[in-house]
Amino acid sequence: MIDNRRGRTVAEANATQAGDPTRRDMLFLATGAMGAVGVAALAVPFVRQLAPNAQTVAAGAPIEVDLTPVAEGQGIKLFWRGKLVFVRHRTKAEIDEAAKVTVASLPDPQPDSARVKPGKEQFLVVYGICTHLGCVPMGTAPGEGRGDFNGWFCPCHGSHYDTAGRIRKGPAPKNLEIPPYAFLSDSKIRIG
Amino acid sequence: MSGQSTYVPKWGIAKWMDSRLPLPRLVYDSFIAYPTPRNLNYMWTFGGILSLMLVVQIVTGVVLAMHYTPNATMAFNSVESIMRDVEYGWLMRYLHSNGASFFFIAVYLHMFRSLYYGSYKAPREVLWILGVILFLLMMATAFMGYVLPWGQMSFWGATVITNLFSAFPIVGETIVTFLWGGYSVDNPTLNRFFSLHFLLPFMIAGVTILHVWALHVTGQNNPTGVEVKSYAKDTVPFTPYATVKDSFAMVAFLAVYAYFVFYIPNYLGHADNYIQANPAVTPAHIVPEWYFLPFYAILRAVPDKLGGVLLMFAAIAVLAILPWLDTSKVRSMSYRPLARQCFWAFCVTSVMLGWLGSRPAEGIYVTLSQVFTALYFAYFLIALPLLGLFETPKKLPGSIAESVLGKSAGGSGAMVGAAAASEPNTKG
Repeated sequence: MIDNRRGRTVAEANATQAGDPTRRDMLFLATGAMGAVGVAALAVPFVRQLAPNAQTVAAGAPIEVDLTPVAEGQGIKLFWRGKLVFVRHRTKAEIDEAAKVTVASLPDPQPDSARVKPGKEQFLVVYGICTHLGCVPMGTAPGEGRGDFNGWFCPCHGSHYDTAGRIRKGPAPKNLEIPPYAFLSDSKIRIG
Repeated sequence: MSGQSTYVPKWGIAKWMDSRLPLPRLVYDSFIAYPTPRNLNYMWTFGGILSLMLVVQIVTGVVLAMHYTPNATMAFNSVESIMRDVEYGWLMRYLHSNGASFFFIAVYLHMFRSLYYGSYKAPREVLWILGVILFLLMMATAFMGYVLPWGQMSFWGATVITNLFSAFPIVGETIVTFLWGGYSVDNPTLNRFFSLHFLLPFMIAGVTILHVWALHVTGQNNPTGVEVKSYAKDTVPFTPYATVKDSFAMVAFLAVYAYFVFYIPNYLGHADNYIQANPAVTPAHIVPEWYFLPFYAILRAVPDKLGGVLLMFAAIAVLAILPWLDTSKVRSMSYRPLARQCFWAFCVTSVMLGWLGSRPAEGIYVTLSQVFTALYFAYFLIALPLLGLFETPKKLPGSIAESVLGKSAGGSGAMVGAAAASEPNTKG
């Protein structure tokens, strides 16, 4: 038995010297490959644990919002999934202003109709998160500056949004994002 | 650098240890007998000061972690409790928060030294790149540490900086969600930042060991940029010469640090961070800590989100390839008349970017940020590659000893050098 092994080792050594892969080379490679697969598999839980946990996901369930108290020209702030949402009850002038812009001239071209629900043009629902680096744009609370386009103005890096929440000037690349929502009745929406 | 170890264990226990784990030998060779160029000036003391500041930050940080609560509802109050209720808690926190600033003051002066005297050039490229990695680790640590008090600047600083990653196409949003552990900066974010803020300083300590190791392989650069030619003539032993000089510089540095800690502890901070984090209200003017301002100015100079983010990262990445951008064989700017002027212009540019980073992002400030961002990159990508080809450097001294002791010292003065090196105690 021992002699056998020794004999094989010598044969293998000779084969390696000749440049031929041996049984042992094969075993080394296979073991190494299995080890690499194992480490990669182990990396999955270590990366996945970084994702939002079940509690956070559950807290992100849809919410219902009654818009009756929001008077024309007024805006409200609320949170969904820890993110700030603006709802603005737009005036006729604001809707017209947003509608008459040449869409092609915008940095992120989108007509006003694509930013509201049909027949509910007066309500604009957007995330209150600047698409540049996530600050809260000013313009919802009374008295806050609304920027050059009468919508919102982000004080962090100077992005101006219009009355449809579209980016008009500044470093932000996109229009204010729109959360998933639907009208349950004329004055009630569900976000999520 | 000296090659041979000159350590001779004196006592029995030292001999016993030396043949088992030669740690005393390593310390002796690295910090006592280690030959240092005899012409080093005070700009060479910041390495030691940085090591000291790392120890200060780890010691005060571990103490603070004993009293701090990394939870979004309790973090702010636990920091206030440290300030008011914990005995000497105010001292620990002010030492730690100002310590971060002074860590960066020291690292910027350390980098200034390397840039002026060409310490990044061959054969010190790996040493330099390890330094760039240390700088990155420091920035990550400082950023996450600033989030922990959970004040308004903490929260919004974290929001702005983590959102940088959303600029990357396709994977950006996923990366940000995984950074946050949710859909916005919240409790999971605070928890993981606390964990990483505790870990990273020890990684800094580890890379520092590699940094010092690399330094001791190539030896120190010096104000002439001329390599050591003779240990006897050009160098003096680390102890007492560098030990005493480093210690004096540390005391001077700590005196300024103490002035800030005891007299103006909040001078480098922001009043907004004494307001608890509120995700519904952004402070009117979000500003990062002063040591990030030049990079923040570069970020804001570009009117495109991804472009700004890439340019900001490039401003640091360009440092890593600097050894290959500078084509001049002459290390020290003292012997490069044109490059020296460009270097000072670069220093002014960096300070101007810092100032612009603290201004609002509007009007003339944006234009100026763009101009100085262009100048910042021009130094690395245009000035240094071209100057090495066209510039006529001044005549370099024949040796370090000659630069210190005059032309005659190269010959007869060598005696003085040799005497000083062999009998350090009579001269020190």
